[in-house]
Amino acid sequence: MSLEILGISVLWTFLFGYVIIGSIDYGAGFFNAYSIITGREHILSKVIQRYLSPVWEITNVFFVFFFVGIVGFFPQTAYYIGTIFLVPGSIGLILLAIRGSYYAFETYGSKGHKGYAFLYGLTGLLIPAALSTVLAISEGGFVFIEDGNPVLDYWALFTSPLSWSIVILSIVAVLYISAVFLTWYANQTGDDEATKLMRRYALIWALPLIVTAGGIVYELRFHNPEHYERLVDLWWVFGLSFLLWALTVWFIWKRKNYGTAVWLLFGQFALAFYAYGISHYPYLLYPHLTIHEGFTNRAMAISLVVVFILGLALLLPSLYLVLKLFLFNKNYVRGTKEQKE
Amino acid sequence: MILEDPVLASRFLTLMTLTFHVIYATIGVGVPLLIIIAHWLGIRKNDEHYILMARRWSKGYLVTVAVGVVTGTIIGLQLSLLWPNFMELAGQIIALPLFMETFAFFFEAIFLGIYAYTWDRFADQRKHLLLLIPVAIGGGMSAFFITIVNSFMNSPAGFDMVNGQLVNADPIAAMFNPAMVTKVFHVVVTAYMAAAFVLASIAAFQLLKGSKHPYHKKALYLTMKIGLIFSIATAVNGDFSGKYLAAYQPEKLAAAEWHFETEGYAPLLMYGVLDENQEVKYSIKIPFALSILAHGNPSAEVIGLNEFSEEETPPLIIHYFFDSMVTIGVFMILLSFVYWIGIKRGWAFIKSKGFRWIIVLGGPLSLLAIEFGWWMAEVGRQPWILRGIMTVDQAATTSDYVHVMILLFGLLYIILGVGTIVVLRRIFKQNPIEAELKRIEQGADPS
Repeated sequence: MSLEILGISVLWTFLFGYVIIGSIDYGAGFFNAYSIITGREHILSKVIQRYLSPVWEITNVFFVFFFVGIVGFFPQTAYYIGTIFLVPGSIGLILLAIRGSYYAFETYGSKGHKGYAFLYGLTGLLIPAALSTVLAISEGGFVFIEDGNPVLDYWALFTSPLSWSIVILSIVAVLYISAVFLTWYANQTGDDEATKLMRRYALIWALPLIVTAGGIVYELRFHNPEHYERLVDLWWVFGLSFLLWALTVWFIWKRKNYGTAVWLLFGQFALAFYAYGISHYPYLLYPHLTIHEGFTNRAMAISLVVVFILGLALLLPSLYLVLKLFLFNKNYVRGTKEQKE
Repeated sequence: MILEDPVLASRFLTLMTLTFHVIYATIGVGVPLLIIIAHWLGIRKNDEHYILMARRWSKGYLVTVAVGVVTGTIIGLQLSLLWPNFMELAGQIIALPLFMETFAFFFEAIFLGIYAYTWDRFADQRKHLLLLIPVAIGGGMSAFFITIVNSFMNSPAGFDMVNGQLVNADPIAAMFNPAMVTKVFHVVVTAYMAAAFVLASIAAFQLLKGSKHPYHKKALYLTMKIGLIFSIATAVNGDFSGKYLAAYQPEKLAAAEWHFETEGYAPLLMYGVLDENQEVKYSIKIPFALSILAHGNPSAEVIGLNEFSEEETPPLIIHYFFDSMVTIGVFMILLSFVYWIGIKRGWAFIKSKGFRWIIVLGGPLSLLAIEFGWWMAEVGRQPWILRGIMTVDQAATTSDYVHVMILLFGLLYIILGVGTIVVLRRIFKQNPIEAELKRIEQGADPS
């Protein structure tokens, strides 16, 4: 495996991690706000807040990892993406800042202010929308070189069916991933009402997910035929992903094996995400930048990989500790007063 | 509007973000050490007050850390959004410490989360204290790695430029550049110093408001003592920084000191104004001090600003930044020293209202000194973004929308700043120390 493939695989994995953890987090915020509007907060809030509290900063780090890593491995992306991503990137940042800090203000400070919860829920949908535009931009057709500098054609981006499909998919995926995960989590806590409600949300968003995902493939056919061809070559991976989706929905429908359903969900998204990534190869930004042109020097690449491995050796045990203490600790999850350790 | 120029707008937005972020970053790096010390003292002396101190500080700390996280994320991405050409070049050689910083931060975030949510989960308090050590190490390492990036911008090393291309990259050599040691030390030590004085300022304020509780007295004494130690360390390190500048960035030193003619036995000028003939008036003159600062020798020759072309001369305003920073630093050493001696000898006036008000002022002043230091470091590097290699003009984005972003981010920082103050006030006002202690006596868990 060449260093650039290794580099992009590492980054893509981090992005996948962010998509999953971020979706759970963003969707949870939305469902929390929605339950307050519809007067069902007594059902959901406790479950959601118990999950959210210890993990939000960890979620954020996945995002930072990705953009710091991509500048490290592919410094030219800083030049291209940096120049054209100023507006959507800044909007995403501002939303992230509002979300993160107001979450902390509410959790550690004053409890129960409804305005915070709404803002929190709303930003949970707007952030994926803003950030996912970079995927649309990377498909090409929105960036032109003017006087040697890349310029983003906002109008073309704003009126393109492809970019809207991607934005909508990002939102639907957030809601679906989060609903499936929280169904399992609520079930773990033994909270039947919350489980029932989350199960309903999961089922509601399952079909729109597949429809919008299919819509993107359809749009891509016209927008970027080259990428479309490569995507079709990997049809069997997407087929497998579809199968996992169907199984997830089946389990949730049948009200059993919620834990397996969550793993199937991760599998479904992993397959689709990596297949999409592989078909995007070798372009980072169609047709201006490939991972070969944009790659950093050998010394930097090797040192980044070494640091990455050392870093993982440090982080994986720590993450395990978090999961053990919070997510998978029966006492914590159920909210009972635990035995002192 | 003048800010429609993308270069100026990018500089202004970066100034805004850094100025805001540095407050939170300083607290973020400094406070964990103080929490550890308080928590440890509490366990060792079996004193509930110190345990509560750790607990209350960490509660406030969680709020500031959250804002530090989001503003840190902002500056991290803004580097690429506003300075794409710089990041394209620098990414090839200095991405390593940036990457390491995210790991350090990850480490800190994980353990802080655990620490915050497990106060009552350990029968043995020492186990809980152990969780804080990775938080403090992670915070310190974050500062370490980010400051390395900044030191690289001041004294680039570890590569060669051939026809505008970066070759022979050696990321490790780039990290261990000449500015690295003094700068990293300065940033970390001043963070501990400022954090101590900020907490001292809060304790003094509570005492001024009429609380006679020994909790606040213990907090004040502890933080002033820690502040004294780190402010002395800062002064020692400041001397090394002067020698570094003289050797590697003489134009920055000369601009900070308004030192125009190259000469030996150079005096140090504090403050003053510059007239139209570039004569310094009304300044405080300390004979030989600049030669000593630069080379450790009163007769040593110090390079003056006249040796540099006008385009490469940093803005002369950094003289005031430098002087203000040094003045506050020295003032804080004196203040904490007098307080410490006063406690030992039982001087009455250190318990007077006036003196306590000065301590209250010390917290904001210390943060201001940190700001002056960063403004001096960043403005003093102008016109360079990467000294001697790339100017800010070459580095900035060509996007036309930066000035709109200034408005948006400006609004955001106002909201976050006000939010922090409101929330912190609410947390501690609703829950004064007396009430919290009472609850514990009645057998309830502290909130």
